[in-house]
Amino acid sequence: MIQLKTVSHSYNSSHTIRFKDWTITDGSQWLLLGESGSGKTTLLHILTGILKPSAGELIMDEVSLYKLSPKALDQYRGRHIGIVFQRPHLIKSLTITENLLLAQSLAKLPEDQQRIEEVLESLDITAKKKSYPSQLSQGQLQRVSIARAVINKPSLLIADEPTSSLDDKNARSVLELLMQQSALNQSTLVVATHDKRVKDAFTHTYELK
Amino acid sequence: MSPLKISWKSIWSKPLSSSLNLILVAFGTSILTILLLASTQINDKLSRNSKDIDLVVGAKGSPLQLILSSIYYIDFPTGNIPLKEANELAQNPWVKRAVPLALGDNYNGIRIVGTDSGFVNLYSLKVKAGKLWQQDFETNIGSAVAESQHLKVGDEFYGAHGLTGNTDIHKAHAYKVTGILEPQGNVTDNLILTNIASVWKMHDPADEKEHDHHKKNDDQRAEEPGKNAEAPEIQDKEITSLLIQYRSPMSVVMFPRMVNQSTNMQAASPAMESTRLFSLIGVGVDTLQWFALLIMAIAAISVFVNLYNSLKERSYDLAIMRTLGASRSKLFLIVIAEGMMLTFAGTLAGILLGHATLQLIGHFQESSQARLSGLVFLNSEIYLLAAGLAIGIFAAIIPAIQAYKSNISEILSKS
Repeated sequence: MIQLKTVSHSYNSSHTIRFKDWTITDGSQWLLLGESGSGKTTLLHILTGILKPSAGELIMDEVSLYKLSPKALDQYRGRHIGIVFQRPHLIKSLTITENLLLAQSLAKLPEDQQRIEEVLESLDITAKKKSYPSQLSQGQLQRVSIARAVINKPSLLIADEPTSSLDDKNARSVLELLMQQSALNQSTLVVATHDKRVKDAFTHTYELK
Repeated sequence: MSPLKISWKSIWSKPLSSSLNLILVAFGTSILTILLLASTQINDKLSRNSKDIDLVVGAKGSPLQLILSSIYYIDFPTGNIPLKEANELAQNPWVKRAVPLALGDNYNGIRIVGTDSGFVNLYSLKVKAGKLWQQDFETNIGSAVAESQHLKVGDEFYGAHGLTGNTDIHKAHAYKVTGILEPQGNVTDNLILTNIASVWKMHDPADEKEHDHHKKNDDQRAEEPGKNAEAPEIQDKEITSLLIQYRSPMSVVMFPRMVNQSTNMQAASPAMESTRLFSLIGVGVDTLQWFALLIMAIAAISVFVNLYNSLKERSYDLAIMRTLGASRSKLFLIVIAEGMMLTFAGTLAGILLGHATLQLIGHFQESSQARLSGLVFLNSEIYLLAAGLAIGIFAAIIPAIQAYKSNISEILSKS
């Protein structure tokens, strides 16, 4: 369970963004809606543990995230939070398999080739496992980035505008993959978007104003 | 997927700039390696060859030339000194040992040295095969001579007049190899030793005439004036120089002055002249050293610029690694390791390149006495490696600190 308690953040003293409290139960799938400039990215970064809010608390499975030491927070993020970015951003100098190995080792988990095969299989990109990111299409890259996000079976899977740069067909399939993967790995899913095409798939919505 | 592997992969992902940096570091290091090896070896050779010789007495002229010709066998002798005067000096109570040298002939560029058993004791020579020379025209050859000239015990050869070239061959007598010396690691490996009488007899005009009698008369007549000029030299018995060991350190001051003032000869100290020679070479070595350091500095800056620029491109990569659980210190390590790997590999390549180059230089060197070898490794080369690592750290520290400090939330929201 994830709880957002009286969180607010200000980049400078003049403008403070306040976020209403939010409780996310395990395994639920949420849509985070908001126009650009509404603080969507800020909230997403707070949720992923890379931006300490000016005030308030984020509690994830009884751990208050920002009370951890920086190092413990890094490790917690690596193990329990998976992130899918708007654009795939894989490490260019590493192959697809190595990118996934990296995700395991940076989280200080043992390297598990079998798990990698399993995830690649479920996303239908096994054939590309020895290729470098530059040899893959945009759609394939997005699937690899989903693979990287779920490789460590995170309790929270966050996607930031995963569909905005894709056409209808790809957008639908990426969304399906995200929902399928979060169900498969028993992860809570939060998708941040302003993409109207996505709305219908979700029952829970957190809206920023 | 350790941080080192990530750094390694990152180096390989940009082969052009990586190899440029590597070449720069390697180039600087190789010059330093060559300087280090060459100056050590030259210094070593200089001191090893003059080890037990306190003073050289020879004809008046340049003291450096006297040392070069009588100790290192690389320059021409200053002239001859009368045997009578040399013997008087040798009897002096300050002198513990005096070894006469008679130079003037060569065999394929290898100097034939007329001397006595004192020379054997002075350099502690041992015979590897055969026995020490005893009769006239018997010779002992250095190990390097045996190897390069394919001479073995029992072989005969003709000496040629002068210190190089074999146009004027002494056909009157043949030298015979009676012994091959053990390798000493000094000039004696490249010498042919015989007794002084052989050298005198080789130049005795009467002797030579007799043997050449049935040869072309014109040819002989043309040589006649030269031979006549040599005649008095042989009658009065002359030698080239005298190597002297003192009986006590007291002599250091007194003896050379005595020789220089009261005789028609000059005394030169190998230690002093070697130092003088080395200080002359030293200026060039210094200049090259600064040049090499400059190249190393440029290499360091180049590695720095390379890392700094690539960091801008990679800031997103590094931020992603943070979201995957990498700590700040891990990113610091990745960037530092990249710099260190690059310069370490460059230094290693440079040291090997330096050795290879020196070996190549040694291969093409004419003077076998001062031949340099690239196969000698020195302990101080470890300092070069350490310096390479230090340059890597120096070049990578600022980019690494930046990677450490980077605000990932800011980088990720900018895309």
